[in-house]
Amino acid sequence: MESFLNRYRNITVLLLVIFAQLVLLAVQVKNDQDVRVIRVWTITAVTPVARVVETVRGATVGFFQNYFALHNADAENRRLRDEVGRLRIENIFLKNELSTADRAKALQVFQSKTASKLVAATVIGTGAATGSKMVLVDAGSAAGVQRGMAVVTPDGIVGKVIAAYPTGSEVMLVTDAEFAAGVVSQKTGVRGTLKGQGTPTCKMDYVPLEEKIEVGDVLYTSGDDRIFPRGFPAGVVKVVRNGQPFKEILVEPTGLQHGVDDVLIVVQGVHQEIPPVPPANQPVYISPTAPPEQKMPAAATTPAAGAPGGAPAPTGTEADRLRSAYKAVGDAQNHVFGEGLPGSKPPDFTKLPGSPSVPPGANAPAGTKPPAPATPKPAAPPQAAPAQPQTLPAAPPKQPDSQRKANQAAGAAGPTGQGPDH
Amino acid sequence: MDYSSGRLLVSQRERQSSRFRAWVLLAIPLAALLFQISVPRFFQFLGFLDMPLLVVIYFSLMWRSQIRGLAIGTLMGLAQDSLSHDPLGMFGIDKTLVGYFAASVGVRLDVDNALLRLLLTFFFYLFHQCLYWVMEHALLSRQPAFDIQRWLVLGLLNTIVGVSLYHFLDRLRESV
Repeated sequence: MESFLNRYRNITVLLLVIFAQLVLLAVQVKNDQDVRVIRVWTITAVTPVARVVETVRGATVGFFQNYFALHNADAENRRLRDEVGRLRIENIFLKNELSTADRAKALQVFQSKTASKLVAATVIGTGAATGSKMVLVDAGSAAGVQRGMAVVTPDGIVGKVIAAYPTGSEVMLVTDAEFAAGVVSQKTGVRGTLKGQGTPTCKMDYVPLEEKIEVGDVLYTSGDDRIFPRGFPAGVVKVVRNGQPFKEILVEPTGLQHGVDDVLIVVQGVHQEIPPVPPANQPVYISPTAPPEQKMPAAATTPAAGAPGGAPAPTGTEADRLRSAYKAVGDAQNHVFGEGLPGSKPPDFTKLPGSPSVPPGANAPAGTKPPAPATPKPAAPPQAAPAQPQTLPAAPPKQPDSQRKANQAAGAAGPTGQGPDH
Repeated sequence: MDYSSGRLLVSQRERQSSRFRAWVLLAIPLAALLFQISVPRFFQFLGFLDMPLLVVIYFSLMWRSQIRGLAIGTLMGLAQDSLSHDPLGMFGIDKTLVGYFAASVGVRLDVDNALLRLLLTFFFYLFHQCLYWVMEHALLSRQPAFDIQRWLVLGLLNTIVGVSLYHFLDRLRESV
């Protein structure tokens, strides 16, 4: 027996070691429990050295940067970056609260609730497996970190804590094949599950074919998974196509856009409202059109006969003014143009304002203010005056030139029903 | 010079096996693990390197002892499992077998030859990847892609880096 064991010592040891590790694997897989002892030893042995290496690397790089660039700007930049990250998340929460209709209630709600409690952490390493989507951070259970806590950046979600040790924690990134989080579309409210694929893009699963979701939609955490508080940006939809039995939706995660160096672990999460969709088309101000330029001849400055009391000087063409004058004559004589039987008596157009036989204001419609005495101004006749007799609907009786000119001047100053176009 | 009787009666295999100082046996594996978790953060194109595997292959070949080979394979594999999200034992079993077989080959061949090192490293890298793929399928019920072309390319790259690493580690051997 002893010679047998000595002869096959090596293969026996190999089989024993393999068997022990298989049993270890089986226990972990079957019970879904981790063997923390070995991991704690390894993490505890590696993370301090990793932190030293990271410190040395950062110090060396920082030395040259600070020496050749700005002396103290790097430390202040790091401090300000941390503060800006925390302020941006708080700002998102405050903006959502203040955008509610009842501002007083929103302020009261905000005062009664506190914002999510966050712990800052620095990434000090990645997973040891090639192509791993897991990182190590330097905040562990000593800082209050627990397994299952969400990890975010101001740009969006980054991942979740899968193991917490005294000196560090393991974080599974959103791009890991085993990552999943509940998300909801900002625009349509469609809910789904954001899953990693082991590639830089994720997918949104379990979206029925009849649901509507478009490229460019922004996804936010829904809070359904009890890991990520509601209202954190998750990603942007890049590809949408029908699949079986659900839609195939590819999402670009926003939290990993600028790399993963410094993160925030949500120790105490507070659900936020999903921000509203900004309006697609902003209203454009268009000023009102400018009124047309008014030509103000000298004769038109006097109030015209028949014009309503206090009405402004008539505008329009010469034909409009003349038409208005004839209409005023018809109104004064209770005559409606176009309604009389053929052969009926037309109005007495000798009653036109400005006519020598008619005193000023005599032909004015009832209730109108009598115009000021309008003296004809033969020195300033309208330019279109010579053509006017040709456009008249009814030719007046032949009159002397002076009287005709007076009529023309009165016609130019006659009331008009037309005003400036709006 | 001390010519004790014990040293005169040392076996031929012991004379051929390489010896390393204690600090080398601690520092080199630790450095390989630190390289694996730190360097890909800043140089993502170096994420294809499996430094713990290269270290296991080197020490197993140099020691020419199957017990030592499987021991260092087990330790490096379990440490790598601890620093990844996979269950303990995946890389442990994989590298245990790599260490055992590499030591077995080292017993029979002259592993100081550069060409032989190149071929052995390439072979053991492919063996490591295929075995890990089988274990993921059989033990974890995962469906990883069998990307043999990618493995061949990465194997070649790892082999080139490995041979250069071995040349550096040779300087840390104790002269027998």
